[in-house]
Amino acid sequence: MTIRLGGRDILSAASFQIEEGEFVGMLGANGAGKTTLMRAALGLVPLSAGEIAVLGSPATRGNAQIGYMPQNRGAIVGLRLTGWDVVASSAIGARFGFVTLDKATRREIDWALDEVGARELARRSIGELSGGERQLVLLSQALIGKPRLIMMDEPLISLDPAHQKSVVDIARRICDNLKIAILFSAHELNPLVNAIDRVLYLGGGEAVIGAVDKVVTGPVLSRLYGAEIEVVRVRNRYYVMAGDVDVERDAHRHDDHAHSHA
Amino acid sequence: MLEYDFMRTAFVASGLAAVLAGTVGFFLVLRGQTFAGHALSHVGFTGATGAILFGLSPLAGLVGFTFVAGIGMGLFGEKLATRDVAVGMMLSLALGLGLLFLHFYTAAATQAAALLFGNVLGVDSSALLTLAVLACVSLVALAMIIRPLIFASLESELAEARGVPVRLVSVAFLAIVAVAVAECAQIVGVLLVFTLMVGPAAAAQNFSRRLIGGMMLAAGLALAEAWGGLTLAYTTDWPTSFWITALSGLVYLLSLVARFQAR
Repeated sequence: MTIRLGGRDILSAASFQIEEGEFVGMLGANGAGKTTLMRAALGLVPLSAGEIAVLGSPATRGNAQIGYMPQNRGAIVGLRLTGWDVVASSAIGARFGFVTLDKATRREIDWALDEVGARELARRSIGELSGGERQLVLLSQALIGKPRLIMMDEPLISLDPAHQKSVVDIARRICDNLKIAILFSAHELNPLVNAIDRVLYLGGGEAVIGAVDKVVTGPVLSRLYGAEIEVVRVRNRYYVMAGDVDVERDAHRHDDHAHSHA
Repeated sequence: MLEYDFMRTAFVASGLAAVLAGTVGFFLVLRGQTFAGHALSHVGFTGATGAILFGLSPLAGLVGFTFVAGIGMGLFGEKLATRDVAVGMMLSLALGLGLLFLHFYTAAATQAAALLFGNVLGVDSSALLTLAVLACVSLVALAMIIRPLIFASLESELAEARGVPVRLVSVAFLAIVAVAVAECAQIVGVLLVFTLMVGPAAAAQNFSRRLIGGMMLAAGLALAEAWGGLTLAYTTDWPTSFWITALSGLVYLLSLVARFQAR
């Protein structure tokens, strides 16, 4: 497929497949197209060539097979509403007309909150939760409707290491217990490296998918970044270096200021 | 005081406007578009004065102009309605035009005061019927879009991904806001629309952590403030609009205290 935005090919002729029930970590520099790829799979960004098939059917808006967790949280961070009300509003939010929360929907909301261990947290104001607690409540939204693929866009951003670990662990558990495929984008590989089945690396309009030790190597990343990249591996941690600069760390720092949207 | 016909009419009219304003205002505050609501009321001033100049009913001019402006704001997108400078420019331009219309119309002073600061005691029975019909239509329309509206207000990206027509919902909402603004302007005047639309809604969001409960509280507070204001105006002979703003301010202050103590 090819995705073109503002006269620039974000991804050109990238081709890959995610298997059912698999946990894929998606990495790549800012602007490599991580968010755009997710939005394309949701039918929000048109493809200029090729196709995206989600479970055998073309990408369309409102696909109940996909759960999505966008990066941009905007308004709700400052609200006093309970997390439960936020989750409920998304559960029935696509329906026009006089809609009330029926028993089955209430049960599903409680079930989804239980799955991520956020039932108690959801009683509190969404604005009073810490960043990591809020991510868990919001992750439960992606479970409603029993999707077969969940796409999480940078859920680890600005979380401390302990909360990063709990978000990754819960994503892994959802993948194992509920047999839901997960596409999880991140700036850094290391928080994910022990949890994911495969890594999808974007860069230079290309996409490479495979086992971490096959993809995160000097030659592959040099091609994707279009620059000389050295990968240093210490036990099970990877450091992606361009000259003296740690590429992934640097990208993360940049994003904290600009909140750019690829 | 209820033995007087004009007082009964005033109670019904202000009650209708208050319930509509409180309910709609709740979402205006939730979406951070309060300034857009304020600007719409000023556009209404242009419409009303223009209507007077051309011998039409000011209420028709008010509703017509705010309605068109509300849809226009919605079409220009979510961004414009929250952009201070653009909205502010539109607001002052609208007031300036209204002033020009008044300049050409000779009996300006009393009309201007009624438009700017409201004249609930001057509502007649035909205007009351119009207000009632508009309020009912608006509330039904709001009920139809309420779930997508809440979803799009809280998490617009996710709502879009789930297939909610976010832009359409936004346009429809601002059209409803426009009608609520026009109703409200009849009671407290275009300059004080904030007091019924934003005050009770903001207070309700401080008092309550729930969505539907908070919305009903906002409507209830607006109703209490409007009727309280009328009653106080009757006993003191001070302007109704003053008392409504005073009550609205007081309730908001109390809500801040309540929120602070809840921590």
